[in-house]
Amino acid sequence: MNQYYHSIRIDTEKCDGRMKCLRVCPTQAIRVRNGKAAIIEEKCIDCGECITACPNNAIIPLTDPFGELTKFRHTVAMPSPALYAQFGREILPEKILSGINNLGFDSTFDLALTCGEVSFAIQEYLREYKGPKPLISNVCPTVVRLIQVKYPELTDQIIPIEPPRELAAREIKKKKSKQLKLKENEIGTFYLTPCPVKMISIKQPAEKGKSYLDGAISISDIYGPLLSAMQGINKGSYREALENICILGVGWAMVGGICRTLRLKNSLAVSGLTELLKVFNDIERGKLRNIDFIEAYSCAQGCVGGSLTVENVYISYNKILKLIETLEYEQIKACPDIREVRKRYSQQYFFIKGKFEPRPLKPLDKDIAKAIKKRKEKEEIYKSLPKIDCGACGAPTCLTFAEDVVKGEAEITGCTINNAQKLKKLL
Amino acid sequence: MTKSDETLLSQHFEITGGDFNNAGKASTSIKEILQEIGIDSSITVRTSIASYEAEMNVVMYARRGELTLNITPEKLHLKLKDEGPGIKNIDMAMQEGFSTATDEMREMGFGAGMGLPNIKKNADKFELFSIPGKGTSLDIIFCLNKTEKK
Ligand SMILES: Nc1ncnc2c1ncn2[C@@H]1O[C@H](COP(=O)(O)OP(=O)(O)OP(=O)(O)O)[C@@H](O)[C@H]1O
Ligand code: SF4
Ligand SMILES: [Mg+2]
Repeated sequence: MNQYYHSIRIDTEKCDGRMKCLRVCPTQAIRVRNGKAAIIEEKCIDCGECITACPNNAIIPLTDPFGELTKFRHTVAMPSPALYAQFGREILPEKILSGINNLGFDSTFDLALTCGEVSFAIQEYLREYKGPKPLISNVCPTVVRLIQVKYPELTDQIIPIEPPRELAAREIKKKKSKQLKLKENEIGTFYLTPCPVKMISIKQPAEKGKSYLDGAISISDIYGPLLSAMQGINKGSYREALENICILGVGWAMVGGICRTLRLKNSLAVSGLTELLKVFNDIERGKLRNIDFIEAYSCAQGCVGGSLTVENVYISYNKILKLIETLEYEQIKACPDIREVRKRYSQQYFFIKGKFEPRPLKPLDKDIAKAIKKRKEKEEIYKSLPKIDCGACGAPTCLTFAEDVVKGEAEITGCTINNAQKLKKLL
Repeated sequence: MTKSDETLLSQHFEITGGDFNNAGKASTSIKEILQEIGIDSSITVRTSIASYEAEMNVVMYARRGELTLNITPEKLHLKLKDEGPGIKNIDMAMQEGFSTATDEMREMGFGAGMGLPNIKKNADKFELFSIPGKGTSLDIIFCLNKTEKK
């Protein structure tokens, strides 16, 4: 068994070692060995950059197939609000939810409502929080992994409130099992996901608790069938459909969606891995102490930019934005009852069960003196390398190759350029 | 056996005054080194904060400077030396909120007058020495042996 579950798998049949993934991986977690890519479990944060980069589609997101549905007596689909942004402007959530019903789910649940509740809960939490700032959102599991691995000292600043998908799944299981006189494990809760990383938060939650979700189905897998399933559905008027949209919740699909619902003076919304690294570096140096809350997504523009979405990210971003503007203009404010949220908040309804634990990368050695020695060796090796980061050795950079050598994971003779030069001298 | 004051690691960084493009790089490298050799993460955080503040002060106020990281089995020592205007009134500079940062620097988010006080707060031992008109030097020390923490 591997220590860490990951949401991607490399299909070695399809992989022909072209090293595109090697170069895009932000945590240098990929090596090419014997002509095939392999993932270093400890370093991978499941961002999905490699999936998009692979020209052979050899990196496979491990979402659930449709077939999983038959395992349960009653199935519930909960689409990420990012799904609402995948279709033209006239197609509103109500119609999309009916379409999903037609696909064979027993019921559907609109997460936008729960997102709205969680927005209120975050606000409550921020009001009473006294610890180090800023607090960081936990909706994106890649962000949580990134913090655990690269910024372990910031794990206490991850907000300990259940993300909407988990909260909704927990409540649906309770409610439906009572209603239908079924056991909770006979109710299957499925998240329609914009990214594979949700799979790891289901199979191996960062806080070591148990996920309330039973599976995640890729938006890109469901897109085609859903388009046909929506044909012929004629729901009430456009205006009536609008009435049911939670204005606080739909925005959660895109960057800034949470912040705009919070009445905070100092909050930031950040998206995209490179941007996140910059911001986390600043937090680490204590530069953002005056910021209360950071909404963070690994994908540029937020979940509408997820690797399993279909529509162009800017178009879907814009669709959500326009939807919110329309709701504002029409003065439609379907949102959860704040008093109800406050009551439940005080009953601990919103909090995660476990705790986020740091998961720092292993140092070069457990013993500091020995680790320092290895570091010196690593620098010596690096000096002797061509420093052109060609990747032919299977490591993304000459520096990572040197590290692999001192760790005993690669042979110094693996550098083909140096070998060629040695050979030249001999001749 | 390693002696308690034997230098295990010594790393040197050059800092250029006014070079905001490269500002913070020495501190980032230092953090990476500490993570790689397995220094306790709470000490790594405190060191990162202190080295960043010290580095930024050189960038903002001095012409040039150098930052050295020294590690012995018991101590982590950041030594900073710069050539610049120096600090005339050290007591004043050490006060929270005292700053001579320009408007431009404040625009960039600096100038809260919290840098030196923060270095002191995070360090186990801190010394500042300055000759006005010549330069400033800082000795910032962290105890690696947890029981020795102040
Ligand atoms: N290396 C230095 N050379 C010359 N003057 C310095 C140096 N370091 C600090 N000072 C002086 O001491 C003052 C206080 O420094 P401190 O780092 O505490 O605050 P700051 O740099 O002004 O603001 P902040 O660090 O919060 O951005 C500075 O405004 C500056 O006048
Ligand atoms: S930003 Fe959203 S879509 Fe992208 S990885 Fe994070 S949770 Fe998934
Ligand atoms: Mg300063």
